[in-house]
Amino acid sequence: MSLPRPSGLTAIKTRGESQGLAWFLSQLWHHGVPIVGVGILLILVWYGGAILLNRGLAENYIHNQASGEAAQAQIPTAQWVWQSLNLDRPKLPAPDQILVELKKSIFEVPTSSKRSLVYHTLVTIKATLFGAGLGLGFGLVLAILLIYLRSLMASILPWIIASQTIPIIALAPMLVVILNQLKITGVLPKAMIAAYLSFFPVTLGMVKGLTSAEPLHLELFRSYAAREWQVFLRLRLPASLPYLFASMRIGIAASLVGTIVAELTKSEDGGIGSRLLAGSYYGQTVQIWAALVAASATALILVGLVSVTEKLMLRFMGSNGS
Amino acid sequence: MKAKPSPKARTADDSSIAVEIESLDLVFNPQSAAPVQALKNINLKIARGSFVSFIGPSGCGKTTLMRIIADLQKPTAGRVRVNGKSPEQARRDHDYGFVFQAPALLPWRTIEQNVALPLEVMGFPRGEREQRIAENLARVKLEDFALKYPFQLSGGMQQRASIARALAFDPDLLLMDEPFGALDEIVRDSLNLQLQQLWRASQKTVIFVTHSIPEAVFLSTQIIVLSPRPGRIQDIIDCDLPSNRELDIRESAEFAAIANRVRQGLREGHSYVTP
Repeated sequence: MSLPRPSGLTAIKTRGESQGLAWFLSQLWHHGVPIVGVGILLILVWYGGAILLNRGLAENYIHNQASGEAAQAQIPTAQWVWQSLNLDRPKLPAPDQILVELKKSIFEVPTSSKRSLVYHTLVTIKATLFGAGLGLGFGLVLAILLIYLRSLMASILPWIIASQTIPIIALAPMLVVILNQLKITGVLPKAMIAAYLSFFPVTLGMVKGLTSAEPLHLELFRSYAAREWQVFLRLRLPASLPYLFASMRIGIAASLVGTIVAELTKSEDGGIGSRLLAGSYYGQTVQIWAALVAASATALILVGLVSVTEKLMLRFMGSNGS
Repeated sequence: MKAKPSPKARTADDSSIAVEIESLDLVFNPQSAAPVQALKNINLKIARGSFVSFIGPSGCGKTTLMRIIADLQKPTAGRVRVNGKSPEQARRDHDYGFVFQAPALLPWRTIEQNVALPLEVMGFPRGEREQRIAENLARVKLEDFALKYPFQLSGGMQQRASIARALAFDPDLLLMDEPFGALDEIVRDSLNLQLQQLWRASQKTVIFVTHSIPEAVFLSTQIIVLSPRPGRIQDIIDCDLPSNRELDIRESAEFAAIANRVRQGLREGHSYVTP
């Protein structure tokens, strides 16, 4: 946990203070240009793809709009290219169409409306956090059982691994039905499906983390005749924290995937998944892509949240901030 | 959680003996095709209040012998008594503090919290904990570093912190396994001097593993010379230099004489293996 301070970072900082603007421009050149360059390239490829994929739809549209002889005429390139980027239901929407849809569904409808992307994203975040919490708790308990009951490890671990090989998209509807039979409704079924995906990285990470204490430290505790719960609280648990956060970064992303899949089944409650479902139901590709962007942004925010918590926690625990 | 049991149960007749070892054998992998005889027929009595060094080349079993006293390792045969008890009972009664070769500080705890660790584990009340932390940090001259984390301290300071930690619960015995082995000679000299003064002030029994002859002679009241393959006692040398020692005692003729005898013992032990 206390790694040496990364010397590269300090070096950059000192240079920055001493050379000012020239240094800033060189940083911009070395870091900014590649990032912006790749971004522009991706957007160009995207536009190219949209034009190619949507060409057929665009030509049909133009033909249907025209009448008589005009319908038989050759369509000028500029016209079908423009049309392919401005279809109502394109095969692949152009980035600007998605931005317009995002602007409309985020800023132009009240967040309490079911047409608001913010509303659906919040529904998803709520279930995701709930599910990640459940997954963390369950995964942690399972990891503790596994490290203390070695025989359990051999008998349960294959089942746990098997549980993760079942496609969640197949399992989710069945779970929703079963849980409904058991009168478990509302956010809980979705959270449980999210937990089903997120507990696994936590369990694996924490089995490793809780056994990662150094042998020397274990001997130190042994020389104090410490009880196992003292070893657990004062040594195993703190030593496992870096593993916990690495697991939670994966776990919370898995939880989001689980929630969205659950929302495909339980779409009446809303959420990003229900937006995806509705979009595909009505061929609203722009809406689907907007929902996908919302899902990615949510994943970034949630993983970022875990990282920030990790930094704060490790700083509090005496890491040197590296 | 009950506090440290005191006064410690000791048998009356051998109260002047801190550690007693009789016909101790240790064989690693005794069932295998190539068992390794790590220690053979060790007989030893360590007087209470003495400073005893185990010295010998690597692989002579000096660390292993200390680990047996600490109940971190079980002997194959023989009898070991620590404060008149089995090593396991002595460990459970918190009779000894162990200083490892590496400082072994918990990186997520401050120096003060590291010293507090054994006190927490052994259930000392909070007020007494704070008093003992302050007292022992002062003993090793680390008062000003109480709130620092281990990575902010030099290797020598970290090892001093680990000595403070071992002394914090006031054990009778201090077991030190090459505690200064990884430090440079200047730091080592100064720590040797500090340890010498600390021992004289506390009158604890110290068992000290080293492979440095000057270190052993400077610190000890008795030096146990061990030979390798199988690990056995080659010589037991009383080191009757005045108890108030300064570093320049190492220039004296008495010092040289004892050091010579230790060197002689080490050499004999070695020639035994390769005639």
